[in-house]
Amino acid sequence: MPFLLLGIVTIAFCISRLIPADPLASIVGVRQMANPTIVAAARQKWGLNGSILEQYWVFLKNLVRGDLGISFRTRKPVTHDLLDRLPATLELAVGALVVGGVGGVALGAYAASKKDKMADHLSRGFSLLGSSLPVFWIGLVFLFVLYARLGWFPGPGRLPPRTKPPGHVTGFYTIDSLLDGNFTLFRQCLWRLVLPCFVLGWAYMGQLSRLVRAAMLDEINSDYVRTARAKGLAERLVMRRHVLRNAWLPTLTILGFSFAQLLTASVLTETIFQWNGIGSYAVQSANTLDFPGINGVSLFAGLAFLLANLATDVLYAVADPKIRLA
Amino acid sequence: MSDLTTPPLLEIRDLHVRFAVRNGQVHAVRGLDLTVHRGEVAAVVGESGSGKSASMLATLGLLDINASASGSVRFDGTELLGAPPPVLRSIRGGRIGMIFQDPMTSLNPVLDIRRQIAEAVITHRQVSPRQAESKAVELLEMVSFPDAVRRARSYPHELSGGMRQRVMIAMALANDPDILIADEPTTALDVTVQAQILDLLRSLRQSRELAIVLITHDLGVVAGLADTVNVMYAGRIAESGPVVDIFHRPQHPYTIGLLASLPRLDRPDRELTPIGGVPPRLYEEPEGCSFAPRCRYAVEACHEVEPPLERVEASMVACSVLPMRSRTAEGSL
Ligand SMILES: Nc1ncnc2c1ncn2[C@@H]1O[C@H](COP(=O)(O)OP(=O)(O)O)[C@@H](O)[C@H]1O
Ligand SMILES: [Mg+2]
Repeated sequence: MPFLLLGIVTIAFCISRLIPADPLASIVGVRQMANPTIVAAARQKWGLNGSILEQYWVFLKNLVRGDLGISFRTRKPVTHDLLDRLPATLELAVGALVVGGVGGVALGAYAASKKDKMADHLSRGFSLLGSSLPVFWIGLVFLFVLYARLGWFPGPGRLPPRTKPPGHVTGFYTIDSLLDGNFTLFRQCLWRLVLPCFVLGWAYMGQLSRLVRAAMLDEINSDYVRTARAKGLAERLVMRRHVLRNAWLPTLTILGFSFAQLLTASVLTETIFQWNGIGSYAVQSANTLDFPGINGVSLFAGLAFLLANLATDVLYAVADPKIRLA
Repeated sequence: MSDLTTPPLLEIRDLHVRFAVRNGQVHAVRGLDLTVHRGEVAAVVGESGSGKSASMLATLGLLDINASASGSVRFDGTELLGAPPPVLRSIRGGRIGMIFQDPMTSLNPVLDIRRQIAEAVITHRQVSPRQAESKAVELLEMVSFPDAVRRARSYPHELSGGMRQRVMIAMALANDPDILIADEPTTALDVTVQAQILDLLRSLRQSRELAIVLITHDLGVVAGLADTVNVMYAGRIAESGPVVDIFHRPQHPYTIGLLASLPRLDRPDRELTPIGGVPPRLYEEPEGCSFAPRCRYAVEACHEVEPPLERVEASMVACSVLPMRSRTAEGSL
């Protein structure tokens, strides 16, 4: 675990230094690059003096103190920027996880119980679409059709236009609006989450439902399922209590991973839906060659995967009695 | 013993089971007849693949989806083949309990055993979850599950094979069924545990007047428990009758072969003679007697016509050669 952490940190650092462009140019601007005083001052200020190893060491020392440096672009500490945007991304990722998780398990279980019937083919087609259509395309089409044309869903953004955000407590607009007692705003925020969450969660739903379907069809022929039927249990209960209970265990293994994926794959969704989260921060940092920013985002992605894996192991241990004992 | 005055509890007549397979079908059960009376233990004996499990699963409507069953299965006056699902469900686990060969895989690995037994109770009775749970513990005690109160929350993987089979039995008997179908209940267990499970079945049978269909490929487990023996070969009855007659005066060459391959305590020096050859694979209908290719008594006619099941003394036998001989031999005496 600590080694993994160091690995992630190192990779994040390397990525930011491997970009074939002079970061100084983006700080001081191309026109000022000819002015040696300004360049030297900038070097000094951003710690770009010295060898790459020295830079790495400075980077590590700062990291331990929770200091990811000052963003070239926003001129604020990167840690501050990330924490500021984390709730938006989390809100989106959790929503997508719920949509994808609940939808995926339900769809997979339904497809398995209707194996080879029309409903099975339809739900498999739906899953396949979700996992094969590009997110930006889905996002744009949805916005165009469901928002611009039909007006069924609100447009992009976390808040309705010209609306003040709720008082800042957690940074989650849904929670904060509730804390304010502002139920209208809560409903609006939740409603605005639907489209982006679906767009982001659809791919995951597709992946999960195929996994659940396959796992259920695997379990359906097991001996304990025959035992359940021999008890006189109705087919619906056999499916839910016995088949699904075993079939969803393997889906836990991808659950954590998928969450991390959702967190980090929100780049496109956030851009399309003008969601001011870490995904759009990543895009902005990359566009301006903001090294500390890029560093921070890569670190965040690595950490997310690490924590998700840990959480998966814990979840699995809780859910599977065979592991619980060991 | 077969009681001729009361109608049988379970009566299977001319049961056929066919499995659709990739290129054609397997005719696994080809006209099975089986009668079980109240409180009677009927053994069904036959080599693996002879259609024992298929016929019992057909009885409860539990066959895989690629199977089709025809014929008649009457349970206490109700026809079970083609019965509507609610009727079948109320009989399964209610009036007919069933246990399976492999107690390792027959229990749900993610539910504790009390819950699995309680589920059987709740499915058939209007009781609260709590009542069902205490009933589950009672049932565990009934099958001599040691330390039942404390260990009721165990998961299957924490138990030995013998204990799991006890759990299966407790579950199958949860609603006081008239009949227990035990499909090779001891095959997966080692010898001492086998004996314990058979003892348990014997005592349960006495204390609750339970009828048992005891399926096995091992004639050895039959002797101390069964009232009647039904020998199956290639999806049909080769010979059936009271246990004494089957053991002492077997009429069918296959039964004789099975007995000869059985180790006997009273004659340990006797050489065991397994039956040569293998049973037919039932992708196509066997021509003539299905046992003829392995039979040392077979005559030409055996390869042409399938012998019907006919009464010979106290037994029913499907052989056109041996019973004839014994009859003529007796006649000439
Ligand atoms: N689901 C199935 N699909 C195809 N064939 C099957 C299936 N189940 C059983 N069979 C075949 O039916 C025959 C009888 O099987 P079974 O009743 O399990 O025998 P036994 O219990 O006597 O060992 C075997 O030849 C077996 O291969
Ligand atoms: Mg079998």
